[in-house]
Amino acid sequence: MDDNIPRVSPRASETFDQHTLSEIRRAASTGIYDIRGAGAKRSLPHFDDLLFLGASMSRYPLEGYRESCGTDVILGDRHAANPLQLKIPITIAGMSFGSLSGQAKEALGRGANAAGTSTTTGDGGMTAEERDHSELLVYQYLPSRYGMNPVDLRKADAIEIVVGQGAKPGGGGMLLGQKINDRVAAMRSLPQGIDQRSACRHPDWTGPDDLEIKILELREITNWEKPIFVKIGGSRPYYDTALAVKSGADVVVLDGMQGGTAATQTVFIEHVGMPTLACIRPAVQALQEMDMQRKVQLIVSGGVRNGADVAKAMALGADAVSIGTAALIALGDNDPRWESEYNKLGTTAGAYDAWHLGQDPAGITTQDPELASRLDPIVAGKRLTNYLKVMTLEAQTIARACGKSHVHNLEPQDLCALTVEAAAMAGVPLAGTSWVPGNQPL
Amino acid sequence: MNTLDLQAVGLRTINSQLHSLDPQTNERDWLITNPLGQHAIACGLHTPLTITIDGHVGFYCGGMNAEAHITVQGHAGVGVGENMMSGLIRIKGNASQSAGATAHGGLLIIEGDASSRCGISMKGVDIVVGGSVGHMTGFMAQSGNLVICGDAGEALGDSIYEARLYVAGSVESLGADCIEKPMKTEHIEQLAALLERAEINKDASTFRRYGSARKLYNFDIDHADAY
Repeated sequence: MDDNIPRVSPRASETFDQHTLSEIRRAASTGIYDIRGAGAKRSLPHFDDLLFLGASMSRYPLEGYRESCGTDVILGDRHAANPLQLKIPITIAGMSFGSLSGQAKEALGRGANAAGTSTTTGDGGMTAEERDHSELLVYQYLPSRYGMNPVDLRKADAIEIVVGQGAKPGGGGMLLGQKINDRVAAMRSLPQGIDQRSACRHPDWTGPDDLEIKILELREITNWEKPIFVKIGGSRPYYDTALAVKSGADVVVLDGMQGGTAATQTVFIEHVGMPTLACIRPAVQALQEMDMQRKVQLIVSGGVRNGADVAKAMALGADAVSIGTAALIALGDNDPRWESEYNKLGTTAGAYDAWHLGQDPAGITTQDPELASRLDPIVAGKRLTNYLKVMTLEAQTIARACGKSHVHNLEPQDLCALTVEAAAMAGVPLAGTSWVPGNQPL
Repeated sequence: MNTLDLQAVGLRTINSQLHSLDPQTNERDWLITNPLGQHAIACGLHTPLTITIDGHVGFYCGGMNAEAHITVQGHAGVGVGENMMSGLIRIKGNASQSAGATAHGGLLIIEGDASSRCGISMKGVDIVVGGSVGHMTGFMAQSGNLVICGDAGEALGDSIYEARLYVAGSVESLGADCIEKPMKTEHIEQLAALLERAEINKDASTFRRYGSARKLYNFDIDHADAY
């Protein structure tokens, strides 16, 4: 090669980037797809692509710290005799004992209690500890029905029928054998140490007409006292919301693809479903067309991280939000203090997502007694309370700046979008224009 | 015997009345007339009552039942005895799909035929079907005994865990990881006792037993073709 001829610098492929190459090598080596926890990690249109406009000549702001801005929310007053009454519009999403340690479940309960909100069970049923530590507990009714029984059903404060979740709409789940200790196995009526599949569809109903009857049965068993939530993955939010309402849901829980999971194929997490931002307006449209907005409450989840996200979700029409991944991080998940141990597992703090393997250094996504004992539920619960309070204060700050005396009064007109994509998905104008892509011609 | 006319008083009144009874009540025998195929009749009972339903019922009759003995003098819709915990449910006629789905305990007897997915994800219940069953019966069945005195449709016991399936007639096909297993003396004795409890007159020694090969219990890429 002639050294006098200038050479083109090496160029890595955008298509075959380093992560993609590593995945090809991993697949070629193992012959099996990658499984991990958490939600979509790819770059997606999100709440960060929206901005609040704040008050101006045409909007009158409220005084921060002086004028009140309400945050309470009532969930499930359409049919239930005892709707949930929360002090803040942020709930804790469903996560199972089994996927999480007992200490983590206790911490979630403690943190939620102090903040005045609810927690949610997961696949595997309700443990006595989480019932004891959660003043307001939503009991998930999942396809597997692991641990489902009428006694716990009646102990619940609300029932959440899970049709899908954002990380894997249309998919079931798998709790790998290494996380199945004797107690988890007994709760699920299966032998210890075997992989436990969570079915992708319910065993005794298909479609909204059947679901309506299933909801009737659950109401009859619980004396029409409990609010019935229906949780859907962000897939076809307009139709799914409409059908959930038609089926009799008191509350619709809508989970976008950034919502976490305990374990699913990476290809599923990253390539099935829609971003949370794209799901909200179609769901709200369905509620409005059925004259059910605010009558059937909408809870949005999937990538909610701070008070701005809460406020934006509510401005787009949500009645409340739900957090899972963010709550685990508040407890101590992916904390840099465990960096050396994350390194031993081949990862780094902030990227650890092998939640299904039960080796969590933070003691959260594990059933290993030694690891689990690292998490102090009282300390972790206090951290969650602090985090929930900060999110609430942040949402209030924004709401006051928009002139709203309650976070529920936030509205799409308080928002603009930074990108054409976000403007189209959220149904708000592109910043500096009056253009809402999809609604008006160019 | 106390009588409740569903047509006259409605579903809510009937279930509410049955739920409110004290476990020590002397009013244990109840007759429900005019069920009209309605759904969720006598669901969520938690008291040792004896309930007779005089006619056909819709979805989820006896759902999540605990302790009560329920007899349906007719046919039953989808999910009869779903998630029942204990007690006994007897269907004198046929049952629709997903009978005994996810049920944890007790005894479900269907004297006629049962449709597809009978015993799906069953978790400890005993189910005795006097007639035949449809496809995917015993799908992901975890625990308990499912007895089929007639024939079984395709994919019997697909992805089965630790439940035991007994079939007297023919089996159209077996599902993933379901195999025929030896019918030993202990199984014949257990089955005979179950048939006697169900008041089904059938020779236990004429049945064949099916269960899990346990090859799919832990994911193995070399078994991917079996899924």
